[in-house]
Amino acid sequence: MRFIFKTDYNQDIQLAKHGGHVFWYSLLGLFLLAAPWVIEEYWLAQLTFVLIYAVVGLGLMLLAGFTGLFSLGHAAFLGVGAYTQAVMVNAGLPFPLALACAGLLSAAVGMVVGLPALRVKGIYLGMATLAFGFIVEEALARWESVTGGNSGLSVNPPALFGWELESTNEFYFLCLVVAVGATLAIVNLMRSSTGRAFVAIRDSEISAQSMGIHLARYKTLSFALSAALAGIGGALYAHKIQFLSPEQFSIIQSIDLLLMVVIGGLGSIHGAFLGAIFLIVMPQLIALGKDHLPDAIGQAAGLQGTVYGLVLIAFVLFEPMGLYGRWLKVRAYFQLFPFYRRGLFKRQKTFQKSDRLK
Amino acid sequence: MQLLQLLISGVAQGCIYGLIALGFVLIYKATETVSFAQGDLMMVGAFGGLAAMTVLGFPFWLSVPAAIVGMGVFGVALERLVIRPILGQPAFSIVMLTIGVGYVLRGAITMIPNIGTDTHTLAVPYAGEVLRLGTLVVSAEQIVVIGVTGVLCAGLFAMFRYSRLGLAMQASSQNQLAAYYMGIPVKRLNGLVWGLAAGVAAIAGLLLAPITFVHANMGFIGLKAFPAAVVGGFGSLPGAIVGGLVIGTVEALSGFYLPEGFKDIAPYIVVLIMLVLKPNGLFGETLRKKV
Repeated sequence: MRFIFKTDYNQDIQLAKHGGHVFWYSLLGLFLLAAPWVIEEYWLAQLTFVLIYAVVGLGLMLLAGFTGLFSLGHAAFLGVGAYTQAVMVNAGLPFPLALACAGLLSAAVGMVVGLPALRVKGIYLGMATLAFGFIVEEALARWESVTGGNSGLSVNPPALFGWELESTNEFYFLCLVVAVGATLAIVNLMRSSTGRAFVAIRDSEISAQSMGIHLARYKTLSFALSAALAGIGGALYAHKIQFLSPEQFSIIQSIDLLLMVVIGGLGSIHGAFLGAIFLIVMPQLIALGKDHLPDAIGQAAGLQGTVYGLVLIAFVLFEPMGLYGRWLKVRAYFQLFPFYRRGLFKRQKTFQKSDRLK
Repeated sequence: MQLLQLLISGVAQGCIYGLIALGFVLIYKATETVSFAQGDLMMVGAFGGLAAMTVLGFPFWLSVPAAIVGMGVFGVALERLVIRPILGQPAFSIVMLTIGVGYVLRGAITMIPNIGTDTHTLAVPYAGEVLRLGTLVVSAEQIVVIGVTGVLCAGLFAMFRYSRLGLAMQASSQNQLAAYYMGIPVKRLNGLVWGLAAGVAAIAGLLLAPITFVHANMGFIGLKAFPAAVVGGFGSLPGAIVGGLVIGTVEALSGFYLPEGFKDIAPYIVVLIMLVLKPNGLFGETLRKKV
């Protein structure tokens, strides 16, 4: 077992709580830096996708996991970011400027969507974001002079100060820098008073309000930050996929993103990454498993959807804290060995009270 | 005259939305959660009716109740197996769960060899018949949809207003713990509500089948029923139907008078306006929580 003796108040909010953190995260960092020379190009491309989805996942985690506002239209922010980036880069603007614009425009859109969030909550907010997602998707399809409509829009490779990032390796490092930056930003945000305010709002709006937290301001801020991260992720996504069409940003994508944070583990930063890994690796696993199944099942069109649904149901039923929650349990088991007890992580059951009375 | 014609087709379409929204409202009213699987339950119901007619060889008038009852039993089983274990967890878990159930249902139907990926026609006896009132043309499908919706809505409204069962459902929706103390079997009620909602979904599926055909993705129409439920107020049964009618007619009119593309997003624009102006919907109750 590890005992941390606290001798300083700052120890409570340090990024690395103890030596183990420093060691393991340094190892992970070294692996990520060396990845282009260690793993095959195909898997490097998948790793790039993981980083991109993790950036989007961090955004959604901030909103859904930390502020408790669920968005069913997050693909719209992804789409706004991706199209902004594509249009600006194709017009010859440098990559960092376009990325900043993609993030800012998404944030502005997020603030607009956040407006109904000030008045509605729970499922009504879900409906508002869902409706918004449909409107953005349709707008992307119809605004043909800018977005190319349903025939799609191809994206030029990113250029950084006259240096074109065309190869998989160079783009991978770009994504790595953005992902690490986003993670540090969120980690730091969550230990600042703003982040604490978000968590307070998630746990109880009424008590947060009585503690002097301006609900409207913080909810809007959460929406804006979340949308900005989704927009930045979308910008990277545009470069990675190199061809945009509106149906990539449909309700299916929104649900996938939500699935990602729920399976990763709501309310944890690790969860965004674990969920992104799940989202990218799962189709590969299904493709691998297909060959071992009888043709009637393995080659059927609905296999992927069925497996996704079953995994989602299994997680909600048996591991509501997601992959990260499972990891915490495994870690606790070994740390406390042999004193781990089954009831250690038992969920508190609550009787439901009407939302309509809030 | 053209306007009237548009209105009638909008009303018929709106009734379908209303029927699906009715399923949302039933589940919301009794368990305060939203089921994203409602559209897919509707799809399974339509496939069930199809299977009863083609595979089992039932006549139409027998396969309709068979499909509805079958879906009702399916709904009860679904609640028992999947929903009940997480009763008492945050409402959003159940939303994610129903999304998962929707995925599985859609995937499972698609996986049926040779049937799941095709589009089928449900042979209803009233197919193709039209009623002419002057220059107005109303198809029999539309009349049946409107009629059945009206009857069903009145029946459910009466049940919630006057029967012990309906009152118990409302009580358990407002405060599960208090309802439980009053001797209401909350768990059994939840099962019944899911069965009822699945049965209503089957009716919607069977009514929609002659209009849009039966295929694995017909459940996506459920996404348009959300605006209907929100416009009407999520907790109100007549609201669901009125919301459905509003959405249906708005869609029909905007498809005709507004530029192309507005038809699909008009319902969502309406719902956004509604959420900003009157978040509880047309018939929603506004209550304040006391701390």
